[in-house]
Amino acid sequence: MPNTITYVLIGIGLFFNLMAGVGLLRFPDVYTRLHAGTKCTTFGSIFLIGAVVLQAVAAWISGGWGSPDSMLALRGVIALAAVLLTNPAGAHAIARAAHRSGVKPARAIVDDLEEAEVHD
Amino acid sequence: MNWMPAVVFLCVCVAIALVRVGIGPTVPDRAVGLDTVNTIVVTSMVLLGAAFNEALYIDVAIVYALLSFVTTLFIARYIEKGKF
Repeated sequence: MPNTITYVLIGIGLFFNLMAGVGLLRFPDVYTRLHAGTKCTTFGSIFLIGAVVLQAVAAWISGGWGSPDSMLALRGVIALAAVLLTNPAGAHAIARAAHRSGVKPARAIVDDLEEAEVHD
Repeated sequence: MNWMPAVVFLCVCVAIALVRVGIGPTVPDRAVGLDTVNTIVVTSMVLLGAAFNEALYIDVAIVYALLSFVTTLFIARYIEKGKF
């Protein structure tokens, strides 16, 4: 039973990572590419690392308390936490830097952020 | 469990993201592509750790994630101000 769930999780994660690559190629400007490249990979990483953690926890339960699979499970959780904490912050930094360096959104008509910074 | 096909598939995703790093018209485009490559590499390192049953690979993935975050922040700061 854990094997089936693991394969389903891997399938979902790989699909979202592939969609990140396709969106990175197809979208028109920096901001929409940021949507594809950051959110899709974060969501896919949740499922892929979750599959690893699920498999390691299943081996940990069947292998007894001191089995070496416990290290795999706990460090997988730490790696997932690192990805989840750092990825949105990095994307926000890139988006803010792109806007302040003068890159315009494609086919944009109203730019409220620029007006807010002018009146600031 | 057979993890290697998933790792090969992630390598294909890295290749697709590297195309954007190569052809990106502006500098933030290339930074976005590099950020995507970093995240996919972290994920594939965790999968390799599970494939070879080595917890050490996941330690490498954690350190790589934190260092790539610092790198992204420095690139963003350089794009914004033109200097470090």
